[in-house]
Amino acid sequence: MNDLLSVVDWSRAQFALTAMYHWLFVPLTIGLSVIVAIMETIYVRTGQERWKGITKFWMTLFGINFACGVATGLILEFEFGTNWSNYSWFVGDIFGAPLAIEGLLAFFMEATFVAVMFFGWKKVSKRFHLLSTWLVALGVSLSALWILVANAWMQSPVGMEFDPAQMRNVMSDFGAVVLSPVAINKFFHAVFSGWALAGIFVIGVSSWLLLRKRNVSAARSSMLIGACVGLAGMLVTFMTGHGSAVEVARVQPMKLAAMEGVYNGSVGQDLTAFGILKPDAAATPDDPMMFAIDLPKGLSYMIYMHGDGFVPGINDLIAGRTINEAGDTVYGLSYADKREIGLAARQALRDYAEASKAGDAAAMEAAAASVKENFEYFGYGYLDNPSDAVPPVGMTFYAFHIMVLTGGYLLLFLIVAAFASYRKSKLLERAWFLWLGMLSVAIVWVCSQSGWVLAEVGRQPWVIQDLMPTNAAISGIQASSVQLTFWIFAAIFTALLIAEISIMLRYINTASKSNIETHD
Amino acid sequence: MDTLAILQSYWWLLIAVLGAALVFLLFVQGGQSMLMCRFSDDERQLMANSLGRKWEFTYTTLVVFGGAFFASFPLFYSTSFGGAYWLWMLILLSFVLQAVSYEFRRKKGNIYGTRVYDGFLMFNGLFGCVLLGVAVGTLFFGGAFTVTRTNILDAGSPVISQWAPTHGLEAIACWKNLLLGFAVFFLARTMAAMYFINNIGGDKDFTARMRRKVLVNGLSFAVLFVTFLVVLMLQPGYRVVAGQTLSEPNIYLHNLLGMWWLALIMVLGVVAVLYAIFRSALDGSWRAGIWFGGFGAAAVVAVLFLIAGYGDTAYLPSTVDPESSLTIANSSSSLFTLRVMSWVSILVPFVLAYIAYTWYKMNNTPLTGQELKDDSHVY
Repeated sequence: MNDLLSVVDWSRAQFALTAMYHWLFVPLTIGLSVIVAIMETIYVRTGQERWKGITKFWMTLFGINFACGVATGLILEFEFGTNWSNYSWFVGDIFGAPLAIEGLLAFFMEATFVAVMFFGWKKVSKRFHLLSTWLVALGVSLSALWILVANAWMQSPVGMEFDPAQMRNVMSDFGAVVLSPVAINKFFHAVFSGWALAGIFVIGVSSWLLLRKRNVSAARSSMLIGACVGLAGMLVTFMTGHGSAVEVARVQPMKLAAMEGVYNGSVGQDLTAFGILKPDAAATPDDPMMFAIDLPKGLSYMIYMHGDGFVPGINDLIAGRTINEAGDTVYGLSYADKREIGLAARQALRDYAEASKAGDAAAMEAAAASVKENFEYFGYGYLDNPSDAVPPVGMTFYAFHIMVLTGGYLLLFLIVAAFASYRKSKLLERAWFLWLGMLSVAIVWVCSQSGWVLAEVGRQPWVIQDLMPTNAAISGIQASSVQLTFWIFAAIFTALLIAEISIMLRYINTASKSNIETHD
Repeated sequence: MDTLAILQSYWWLLIAVLGAALVFLLFVQGGQSMLMCRFSDDERQLMANSLGRKWEFTYTTLVVFGGAFFASFPLFYSTSFGGAYWLWMLILLSFVLQAVSYEFRRKKGNIYGTRVYDGFLMFNGLFGCVLLGVAVGTLFFGGAFTVTRTNILDAGSPVISQWAPTHGLEAIACWKNLLLGFAVFFLARTMAAMYFINNIGGDKDFTARMRRKVLVNGLSFAVLFVTFLVVLMLQPGYRVVAGQTLSEPNIYLHNLLGMWWLALIMVLGVVAVLYAIFRSALDGSWRAGIWFGGFGAAAVVAVLFLIAGYGDTAYLPSTVDPESSLTIANSSSSLFTLRVMSWVSILVPFVLAYIAYTWYKMNNTPLTGQELKDDSHVY
């Protein structure tokens, strides 16, 4: 059992490492591909050579980053098999399809047209080149679509049924998987956060150029486009962020409780805008915060659009307690009840297997009916205690608040930057503003990573909500093997990240010493 | 045959085609394995850039191969990937290093220097080919694994697919797998030399050297591959007959003779490869070797996949528990999923069409040193 836990922990660490490194590069790829396409469109439409130079400058940075995203992405895909073998079988029938479609429809599009984009300037017509650049941007977003559909499905499994004969879930409604509200919110939230991130990146690099008084006109033009794309991205990110919170309240109420640090929920629940959790917050459930700035009834407003909704806390969910509209406390299924149901489902499945071996069709049918009836809480049967279904509250809470606070700052910054670069304001000559632009680059990455930490840590212990906990999803390998590959990948990814940043900085520095606008 | 069986066969065919395309595109890896040989800097530069414009196709095909396998035969994904852990991890590692190396190799500020990145490419060129060959070898020579679906009900030890504790290292140490691995490696080098002849223009001396490389590597490949074929035809395997998994000697020979059209395709493929090798080596003005060699090799690989899986053959035989062996029937996705995916696969010709179109557009003149000097994006 200890070795099992250790394998689970190291496998999670390895997956988190790969995913987080992957997400360092991917949002920049998503957003920068759009920005570069817009720049090239301006070049083709106006015929001004300076825009070709500007396009190529950012395209080179895109290329350096793109390679790293591709490298880390391969491992992620295969890790579902190498490290999450049980998961691959248990839900592969549903999860595999988006992955295959992603490869077929999106990756080939990216790979084909990225080659035209980089090498085709003199080989294909201007219009075909522009089309290729837009197809790269489209391919990048399409590839994000399918993997996000897959991820959303893990958070909110829909469109499938359980097949007791094969001991796995099978897809029954592809439309429900692709068009689930969680998937749609997640797609727009993640992809447009990439626009915001890339916009800030362009602003940050342009700020440095302005600070150094190099390529001032190219930097100002770039900053305008970066700020507009970034602002558009950030607005959609905020809107869908709200949509995501509403979905979390619906399908993962425990994640919502943890991200707000609510132990005992209430009608008209406050929203903690900023706060510090007590080290033993669970021991003082009515007052878990050491310090907090609350928005009265904020959480209820956020979820229900009115201040009187009941938002359950962690303890309410464990106890199955809720307060209805009349103000009465009512009890539904507690986690202990769900665990009993999960255990019943597992026992029924065992009965099914034995009946199948004995060739007893009637017993098989009865067992299958029992599995179906109890399957909704199948995963709870793996938990030793109901409280095992609570995610790490601290990490979830802080990831959420760091994301929201930095996101709020970035929204304000983008509004100012868009306004300043559109009006050619004196602000663009102020050193403090330009420094802020560069600092914002670091902040936007922190914001972006926090979002995924929230999404993935907040849903623990589930790898598939309510159906499969992480520790039942693993491969039958030794912890030491995973430990070794973890460190190998950690070393390689870190070495590559250092090289990538170094190459980017060197390129920005050397390319900007001459006139970018005349580069060919 | 019911709909499920038809779709299972269809998807195994698609896996075979993807595997075949992957082996064709391994010419990129073959070329990488030559990068550190004795070439002038200009020649090396041309070779790296010529390959650099194609590497993403190989890489993407590998990703799609994995994704399609996951979607259509998830039990293979969970059993082989989770079981032969080290084999797959080493393959992945080599491709990760490849993915950044073209872009980074000559960029200023790349910290580790061009030679390190070329070393990564070389590493991928050797290990990528050999280990992928080893992985395909396991489809015939099997692995020591068991599949027990009811394990999932055991909270203390829930993993359904269990593999020998060496986790893939034993597959790398198996000489039969290595035979195929090195055959793939020399095939990739042969095709790479043919590709350079086709894609790099100008220097006569360079082309002449490549023609010699075609011959040397091509003959090495031929010897290894023929040996592999003999071993394969003598190899026993498992066939599921009326629900029973039965051992059968010379099963792959039987499959080949039983499905005569596969034997015919294989013979045509072998002839095309041999023709490409000899004509590339002997005819100083012929540049089309990569097409004959590539498509010929792809045809042979597709046939290998098909005789591994068709006819209720176990395509991943278990050496310790025959009943656990994977067949396309017991490892596939559900009818519903295969059907959805089959609709999506209608788009494959469209994808192939735009790849072919852009390949043609980008390659209608051979790459020259002058072009590299004039281009803004150089590896």
